[in-house]
Amino acid sequence: MNQAQGMIFDLAATAGLAEPHAPAVVAASAARAVHSKEVVTARIPQWQTWRDAAHRVKAYTIAHLDRLLVQFEQQVTARGGKVLWAEDAAQANAIILDLARARGVRTVVKGKSMATEEIGLNHALEAAGIRPMETDLGEYIVQLAGQRPSHIIGPAMHLSAGDVGKLFADKLGIPYTEVPEELLAEARKRLRRDYVEAEMGVSGVNFGVADNGMLVVVENEGNAGLSMAAPHIHVAVMGIEKLIPRMADLPVFLNVLARSGTGQQLSTYTHLISGAVPPRELVVVLLDNGRTRILADRAARQALYCIRCGACLNVCPVYRRAGGWAYGWAYPGPIGAVTTPHLVPLQLSGELPFASSLCGACQEACPVKIDIPHQLLHLRHRAVTEPSPMRSWNERWLWRLWAWGMSGRRRYWLLTWLGLRLGLPLVRRSPWKPGKAGAWLRAWERGRELPTLPERSFKSWWRARKP
Amino acid sequence: MNTQRMAATVAAYQPGETVALFVPCYIDQLYPHIGQAVVTLLERLKVPLVYPAEQTCCGQPAFNSGYWEEARKVVRHFARVFAPYRWIVVPSGSCATMARVFFEQVDDRAETVAVGRRVFEFSEFLVNVLGVVDTGARFPHRITYHDSCHARRELRVLDPPRRLIGAVRACTFIELPRGEECCGFGGTFSVKLAGTSLAMGRDKVKAIVESGAEVVVSGDASCLLHLGGILQRDPALRHIRTMHLAELLVAG
Repeated sequence: MNQAQGMIFDLAATAGLAEPHAPAVVAASAARAVHSKEVVTARIPQWQTWRDAAHRVKAYTIAHLDRLLVQFEQQVTARGGKVLWAEDAAQANAIILDLARARGVRTVVKGKSMATEEIGLNHALEAAGIRPMETDLGEYIVQLAGQRPSHIIGPAMHLSAGDVGKLFADKLGIPYTEVPEELLAEARKRLRRDYVEAEMGVSGVNFGVADNGMLVVVENEGNAGLSMAAPHIHVAVMGIEKLIPRMADLPVFLNVLARSGTGQQLSTYTHLISGAVPPRELVVVLLDNGRTRILADRAARQALYCIRCGACLNVCPVYRRAGGWAYGWAYPGPIGAVTTPHLVPLQLSGELPFASSLCGACQEACPVKIDIPHQLLHLRHRAVTEPSPMRSWNERWLWRLWAWGMSGRRRYWLLTWLGLRLGLPLVRRSPWKPGKAGAWLRAWERGRELPTLPERSFKSWWRARKP
Repeated sequence: MNTQRMAATVAAYQPGETVALFVPCYIDQLYPHIGQAVVTLLERLKVPLVYPAEQTCCGQPAFNSGYWEEARKVVRHFARVFAPYRWIVVPSGSCATMARVFFEQVDDRAETVAVGRRVFEFSEFLVNVLGVVDTGARFPHRITYHDSCHARRELRVLDPPRRLIGAVRACTFIELPRGEECCGFGGTFSVKLAGTSLAMGRDKVKAIVESGAEVVVSGDASCLLHLGGILQRDPALRHIRTMHLAELLVAG
C-alpha cells in the first residue's frame, strides 16, 4: 500500500517519549461529529437492532465471499458492465492505466474513494502524464495542498477554514476568505470545467449488490454523480469486501452509514448504478490487495465488515490527538490500526496495534460492531512474535522473568522484592536507566509521580492477621 | 451482549458460601489498604472469606502487550489457585475482564475458561450477587466516580458503583463530565505512548477539576495510579484525592 507522507507511530524508536501530535482542529471536528451522530441515533429506538442486523449481513457476506463475488460479476456483466480483478495495488493501477491509455484519457475526475487512496492511483496516473482531479471538496483541498487525507470521511479534517482560505489564496490566487460557502463556490466553479473535459470518471463503491450487480455510491456534494456520469467511461474501484448479498439488505446499511459517518439520516445523494448502455462504459475493478489475507486470519476477519464510516476515528482518544497521518497509510484510526497490518508487512506496520489504550470506544461506535479492541490484541500478539519493530528480545526477557515470578508464592515475593523494594529506588536515583524497564520508568515520570511504596504488602498484612 | 460476560451472574449465591478474594498484584504491592477495605466490608457482611495464598496476577500486563505465551503461564497459575472456589471476587474491573473475557483467548483449556467466568468485579458482586446497596458508610465530601473502560464496556458495570455510592451518608456525588472518555492509562500504553497517555490523563484531570469534586473514586486502582500520579505532580491539584470504591464503602 501507498505510504502516506507525515508521521507514523514510531514506538520502537521513541520509547514512549514522543508521539505525533495533530492540530487541535482534529479533536474539535471529531467531537462535533460524535455529537451529531449521538443526536441522530438517539432518535432511533431500534439502533442496536440495526447494528446487529448489519453485523450479521456482513458476517454472512464475508463467509460466502467466494460465491457472492462470482454472482456479482455475472450480474454486472449481464447488465453491460465489465469486472476486472486486481490482486494488488500495482495490478489495479495497471488496469486503470491501460483503460485510460487505450482511450487517450488526459484528465480523470474522481469521486471520493478510499480504495484509490489505498492503491495510490493519483501517483500512478500522474506518473503516466494523466491529470487526476479530486472533486470531493475535502479531497480537492488536500490534493491542492499536496497532502494526504487525514480522515476517512473528512479528508481535510486537519485544516481549519482559515487554513483552506490561505491555501486557496496561495494556490488559486483568489482573495483570502474563510467563509466556507465562498471557498466552496470557488472550488465548484473550477471543477465544472474538469467534469466537461475529463475523459474518464473514477469512483469508489460503498456497496456492491451481489444479486443484481448494482453499485451503490453515497455522497453529499453531487460531485461523485458528475464524476461517474459526465465522462464516457466510469471506473469503479471496489474492495472485494464491499459486497452485500441482496438489494433487500441495502436499506439497513444506508441507515447506519449516514448516521454513523456524518450524523445525517441519509446521505444527500444515493446513486444506484446498474450496468451501462453502449457507448458508455462501466468497469468495476475488484481489489484484493491483502483482503484475502484478512479472510485467512480467523481472528481478524471482522475487519472486512467495515463500511468506512469513520465513526471509530471520531471517538478514538488516540486518533483525536495524533491525527490521521500518524497511522502511516490510507486508513487511519482504530480501523486503520487493525486493517493496515494485514495490507502491508508487519515490519512496516507492527506499531499500529499498540497505538490504543484498548478503551473500546471504537467498538461501541462501530455501526457493524467490529470487535476492534480484540483484534488489536490479536495483532499485538502477532507483532511481538513475527518480524516487526515491536518484536524485542529485551522486552521478551522482561515478560519471561515476570511470568516466572508470577507463577508461585515464593517467586512472587522474590520478584516484587527485587523489582519494587530493591530495584526501583536504586534505578530512580541512578542516572543510568537501562533497557526497556528503564525507558518505561523515564516515560512514566515525564508527567506523573510514582506512588510511595507502603510498609507492607497485602499478602504480608494478611499473614500477620491470620496466624 | 456477549453471553460470556453475563455467564457469571447466572448462578445464585447461597448465604454462607465461601468467597475467594483475589487481590491484584499492583494492589497487593502498592495499595494494600484497598484489599484490607474489601476484607473489612465482606466480613461485616458475614461473607466467609478466603485468600488463597498462592495467588499472584491475572496475566493481563503481558496479554495486553502481546506476550500471550508468558501470559498463558500466569493465567494457568491463576486457574490452578482459584479452581476450588465457586465465587471469586476482585476489586478491579480490569482484572475481572481479563479473567472473564480474555482467559479464553490465551488458554483454550475448559477449566481455565470456567474459572475465569466465576470472577466478579467487587461492586457487581455486592449489588448484583449479594443484593447489598447500603454498606453503612459515611463520607462527608464531594466525590466523583471514574469508570474504567473495562468495567464500562466489557463488563458493563455502570450501575452498581453508583447505587453503592448513593447509599453513602453525607456524601455529595457529582457525575464526571465526558465520563465515557478513557483516562489514558491503558497498561503499558501509559509508557509506550506516554505523551498521548498523559494528554488523555490531563484531559480527565480537567474534567475532575470541572466537577468540583474533592475526591475521585474508582473501582480500578490502575486508572487512579495514573490519574493520581498526574494530580500529585501538579502542586495546584495535589489536594484532590484518589480513592478506591472499597475504601469509600468502609469510610466513617
